[in-house]
Amino acid sequence: MSPAPLARREGGAGETGIRLTEQQQRARRARSIAIAVALGVLVALFYIVTLVKGPGVLERPL
Amino acid sequence: MSVTLARVEPSIAGVGDYIELMKPRVMSLVVFTALVGLVVAPGHVHPVIALTALICIAVGAGAAGALNMWYDADIDARMARTAARPIPAGRLAPGEALAFGMTLAGFAVVVLGLLVNVIAAVLLAATIAFYVVVYTMWLKRWTPLNIVIGGAAGALPPIIGWAAATGGVAVEPIVLFSIIFFWTPPHFWALSLYRTEDYVRAGVPMLPVVAGAEETRRQILRYTLLLAPLGTAPWLLGYAGPCYGIAALATGAIMIALAFRVRTERRGHLASKQMFAFSILYLFLLFAMLLVDRMSAGPFGHGAA
Repeated sequence: MSPAPLARREGGAGETGIRLTEQQQRARRARSIAIAVALGVLVALFYIVTLVKGPGVLERPL
Repeated sequence: MSVTLARVEPSIAGVGDYIELMKPRVMSLVVFTALVGLVVAPGHVHPVIALTALICIAVGAGAAGALNMWYDADIDARMARTAARPIPAGRLAPGEALAFGMTLAGFAVVVLGLLVNVIAAVLLAATIAFYVVVYTMWLKRWTPLNIVIGGAAGALPPIIGWAAATGGVAVEPIVLFSIIFFWTPPHFWALSLYRTEDYVRAGVPMLPVVAGAEETRRQILRYTLLLAPLGTAPWLLGYAGPCYGIAALATGAIMIALAFRVRTERRGHLASKQMFAFSILYLFLLFAMLLVDRMSAGPFGHGAA
């Protein structure tokens, strides 16, 4: 399956641009949400571990 | 003056494609064996720290899988078993997989080192590097011993789990490492016996391609005869109880019986397919019994240090 083709837009002054297809927009939105969730989990992880370990969160055995 | 720019297509890769890059079935086995290493280790680990360690190990395993798929995209395209993967199927660009894998690997190792301990992080980094550089980039395309030596990467997770719990390494996790190390060749050679044409097409020097089916069947039996007694080692050495011992003896006997059937198989691949399928169950059962055994042993274990 090959990637969906780009839709190119011709502007009045001869400008060209990239307009994402519906499929590309949906894929980008899903990836963005997944990245946001992953970063949120990472933040939550650091927060919870800080609560568990107390002030010396970076004190750990070698 | 006009400038011609290279045409770059926006990605259509979905979240599912990135998850598939990480080889979730391999990840689950890695996490399970690491969990067992962590649980059977002496001492107490806070559940949050243990969960953090397992998440980092899972992400690290996913990173290794993504980097493997990045490098092996040319081979994957030529094999029926792997042609539908995201890169050969055109759903994901190789560069995306490389960036994804490197990012995950970096985060997994750094977070494990910061929140758990440095030794576990170093072991995780070494595991990823071994799998990607030593196995994927070098051994896989060069020698029929590829999965014998490269199997060390898949055998390290119990040691990483143990190191996450104790900050060190001991004999017990090395025994678990040995079980997985000697399990890997008969497991993958059984698969390669009924996928030989795929490996020939891809130019991968798996043992049946280089030495023939007969020699591969002999080697499967030899490694299984080594593996079965090794599987009982945790019980014989006093790290696991009699329930584990009985399970190890029974499943080891079945593995030997299947290996003999593979050795004598002359037509078709039924015995090879059964061997491959049961080998997965064998490893899962052994490690599950270790987990059950440890959890039922109470705080004093079975005489382990």
